[in-house]
Amino acid sequence: MPEIKVTPLGAGQDVGRSCILVSIGGKNIMLDCGMHMGFNDDVDDELEIKAYYAGHVLGAAMVHIKVGSESVVYTGDYNMTPDRHLGAAWIDKCRPDILISESTYATTIRDSKRCRERDFLKKVHETVERGGKVLIPVFALGRAQELCILLETFWERMNLKAPIYFSTGLTEKANHYYKLFITWTNQKIRKTFVQRNMFEFKHIKAFDRSYADNPGPMVVFATPGMLHAGQSLQIFKKWAGNDKNMVIMPGYCVQGTIGHKILNGQRKLEMEGRATLDVKLQVEYMSFSAHADAKGIMQLIRMAEPRNMLLVHGEAVKMEFLKGKIEQEFSINCYMPANGETETVSTNPSVPVDISLNLLKREMALGGPLPDPKKPRTMHGTLIMKENSLRLVSPEQALKELGLNEHQLRFTCRVQLQDPHSDPDTLHRIYTHLKSVLKGYTIQHLPDGTVMVESIVIKVSSSAEDTNTKVLLLSWSYQDEDLGSFLSTLLKKGLPSGLC
Amino acid sequence: MKLYCLSGHPTLPCNVLKFKSTTIMLDCGLDTTSVLNFLPLPLVHSPRLSKLPSWVSKDGTINLEKRELLDLSTIDVILISNYHCMMALPYITEHTGFTGTVYATEPTLQIGRLLMEELVNFMERVPKAQSATCWKNKEIQRLLPGPLKDAVEVWTWKRSYSMQEVNSALSKVQLVGYSQKVELFGAVQVSPLSSGYSLGSSNWIIQSHHEKVAYVSGSSLLTTHPQPMDQSSLKNSDVLILTGLTQMPTANPDGMLGEFCSNLAMTIRAGGNVLVPCYSSGVIYDLLECLYQFIESANLGTTPFYFISPVANSSLEFSQIFAEWLCHNKQSKVYLPEPPFPHAELIQTNKLKHYPSIHGDFSSEFRQPCVVFTGHPSLRFGDVVHFMELWGKSSLNTIIFTEPDFSYLDALAPYQPLAMKCVYCPIDTRLNFHQVSKLLKEVQPVHVVCPEQYTQPPASQSHRSDLMLELQPPPMPYRRCSVLSLPFRRRYERIHLLPELANSLVPSEVKPGVSVATVSAVMQSKDNKHTLQSVPKPPPAPPSKKRKRVIEEPPEVLAPKPLLSGAVPLEAFLATLHKHGITEVKVEETADGHILHLQAEDTLIQLEEDGTHIVCDNNEPLRTTLRDLVLRFLQKL
Repeated sequence: MPEIKVTPLGAGQDVGRSCILVSIGGKNIMLDCGMHMGFNDDVDDELEIKAYYAGHVLGAAMVHIKVGSESVVYTGDYNMTPDRHLGAAWIDKCRPDILISESTYATTIRDSKRCRERDFLKKVHETVERGGKVLIPVFALGRAQELCILLETFWERMNLKAPIYFSTGLTEKANHYYKLFITWTNQKIRKTFVQRNMFEFKHIKAFDRSYADNPGPMVVFATPGMLHAGQSLQIFKKWAGNDKNMVIMPGYCVQGTIGHKILNGQRKLEMEGRATLDVKLQVEYMSFSAHADAKGIMQLIRMAEPRNMLLVHGEAVKMEFLKGKIEQEFSINCYMPANGETETVSTNPSVPVDISLNLLKREMALGGPLPDPKKPRTMHGTLIMKENSLRLVSPEQALKELGLNEHQLRFTCRVQLQDPHSDPDTLHRIYTHLKSVLKGYTIQHLPDGTVMVESIVIKVSSSAEDTNTKVLLLSWSYQDEDLGSFLSTLLKKGLPSGLC
Repeated sequence: MKLYCLSGHPTLPCNVLKFKSTTIMLDCGLDTTSVLNFLPLPLVHSPRLSKLPSWVSKDGTINLEKRELLDLSTIDVILISNYHCMMALPYITEHTGFTGTVYATEPTLQIGRLLMEELVNFMERVPKAQSATCWKNKEIQRLLPGPLKDAVEVWTWKRSYSMQEVNSALSKVQLVGYSQKVELFGAVQVSPLSSGYSLGSSNWIIQSHHEKVAYVSGSSLLTTHPQPMDQSSLKNSDVLILTGLTQMPTANPDGMLGEFCSNLAMTIRAGGNVLVPCYSSGVIYDLLECLYQFIESANLGTTPFYFISPVANSSLEFSQIFAEWLCHNKQSKVYLPEPPFPHAELIQTNKLKHYPSIHGDFSSEFRQPCVVFTGHPSLRFGDVVHFMELWGKSSLNTIIFTEPDFSYLDALAPYQPLAMKCVYCPIDTRLNFHQVSKLLKEVQPVHVVCPEQYTQPPASQSHRSDLMLELQPPPMPYRRCSVLSLPFRRRYERIHLLPELANSLVPSEVKPGVSVATVSAVMQSKDNKHTLQSVPKPPPAPPSKKRKRVIEEPPEVLAPKPLLSGAVPLEAFLATLHKHGITEVKVEETADGHILHLQAEDTLIQLEEDGTHIVCDNNEPLRTTLRDLVLRFLQKL
């Protein structure tokens, strides 16, 4: 039985790392790579890869891997709701054998994005109004641009003066990337980019580390996103002591990071050395992370209609919950292997065969314009297996092609019958009898003194000794074996008396 | 399989392929050479033009290369190969009942939209003279002066479309990427391949499991800005439809480019202006790149370059965002990140300026001597008309023709007498005859179909046998309105055996390496896909009191047995009979074989090379035993 094996090496029940090994149709594929969208790449003669838009970050793609008739889809990180700069992930009904999906937000169902955005802007605005500083830890690409666009348009509309800074120094370069890769953003940005490039910000300026000590309100985007190191952590340490300030965590934080600790309400942090840090500033969490939530994952399953589901990237407990939901709603198997654990899924691929057009057309013509599900027609053909080709042809054509002679197997059966009538009358009586028994068969009474049922020939002669004893000769070929056998048994029983 | 040829113009093709119950239009180019029959549309009133003896002065009318050879509403899909070959799209998809889908790459769609927008803009922004159609009447046309008198099929000339029609037509476009496979109705798969001619330009593969048609339209093997041509995917085609070869087989594009630069520099140094009538996308990118390298060395650093078109800005901006459609060299630039085309730098340093038209900012910023790139290359409409009027009188100025679509002499006719210098360096990067014959040798199509123009040397150079396609077997030529039956017979179709059926098959080897298996199955066809599944077992007979009656029911379905093959060897057969207790066998030799007389059973078995005949009494157990013994020696098919 053909099967597909999946082994997560760094993504099983785990968030952040990613590496998955897939064995399909004799090929081993290591997953996690970027490529062009909407492209079928024939990697070799058998392996075919197609990429779909994933909407997670610029250039993110889901991949569809196909070997023969077996296939796997790996989503990578994806987002099912369009945002201000990216479109939503999309896939067609490709019915893969396995859909490998990330499940970072396995149990989260987020409220509407508009509410979240309004909430975010309100909190930022309030803090700035009362003279506080807002720190937004982000990763350089992705959410940062999304929130920048959000704040930029808000600042413009409200005519706000408080400075907004972007910390990495990469801003210029990052925005240049966005400009050159505008075809990967959403439709609105693509449509208007000639007139106005959304990534040229008026209100957002490059950050310098000295600005952190400036008095007065400000908003700073700083990297990295989980407050585990770097500039965002430095700024956090500076601002943590003031309850006028605020930190907004816009994405997921891995266990053990400061981001994770403060989100769990920890107010005293142990820093390196023996120092502790009192966290007085307000801590807010807003999921702007561009991962699919539970609703999005279910939506993707509905789109792709996989035969099996496999979850990676997530926390075991939450994945377990989602697994239950998936199995219940779609009645498909759902797996969630841990790192290093191999999951084997057997597939049941159909076998592609070349059917001769003559046979196909004959069959379609006989089948009539509309198939009748109650009375399926049986088709007969010969499958020729030669080298690597499989061809289905009519038996006659197969004989011809293979250079074989046909061997005719015929049977002639003598049936004795008591019937006190003349030979022609007996024959006619047989004809009438068969007519009444065999519905739906062609029965002919031929002038040469025979009755034909389909291609079975029946003749009558009288016995030499007793003219009332008739000898019927039934002759049929092997192709009509079932009918011939049936007829000889039937006629042996004699003719009913009521026949005229 | 049939091919309907709706256009006779080899570089602006429009063919319809009927293949496996799908109707596929390949390109819909718009032949605009008919505008040469009209007077130029000036942007500002020109006393000179209006004094010319004229019969009509109206907006450009356009020759649509199609005829009612087939009903356009029956077209399922349109495949576009490049933006020049889609200009007639609104005529096909609007007001015709067309309900299909158009497939094109993203650059083809975006730049095609720009070119259509520009055309509409050129037509609509000038006040229209009254339009006349009566002259198209054959009787009246006959009385008109030449060459109009001799123009053929003027009734196919149509008015330009509107922006609304363009938008509606383009809303039917579905985007595809190179090598992406698109299924049409489950019957046919189409896939675009890079053709190397322009941004997003493609050749198409149209195939089923057993047949492959390659459609080669404008392709180039030269290294310019687009992604290189994908040649290997064209291999193993049954039919290759070849269109869009170079219109200038004798002009070497590199040489022309050199001539372009030197003439440009010469004119500027002498204090004259240079006018380059061109399309707003395509070769202009290469011209600008060439000038970028040339400006400094030729000491032209202070000369202003102007690009004037309603879509100039968009064209320049769009060119920078299609990295994945560019040649490798340019593609790698965006990862730095730097814009792939150097015209970004020309704009940044103010050397190149672009304007939507000669009105507005341009009129105040315009300095001479300068170089102006503007359309339309026919010189009949667009801003170029104004520059012809402005600069035509001075011999200091030069007009350099780079686009190969129009005869430059015809284009210039209404401006004569002209003092301005004329330089003709047409740059056509499409395949020439030498390249194409090499390509065909490489990809080995079984049949080649091409416009008839390619099967003979051009009329003006009838001795140049190198300017035609010479192939073995000779290509099948087509002309406008011809219908070709493409010469290949479909013999096989793909069908899928469901796993249960496949597992139940019992193959037997008939020859070394060849096995056969008898398949009895139920076929299901859905969306042009066929599957075979095992014959469903009849539901168990309901327990009935009249059990005996059930047996008497005749067999429900006619289930013919497999065909048999082989021969029954006498000795082995006798041995088998013996093993089954049939010992009294009398063997009699006949002309064709043997007759076996089973004496105890009073049964005859006639054994021959190609047949066996069993004659027996009505003894079913015996008969079936004998049958099965015979079958042991035979192949079942």
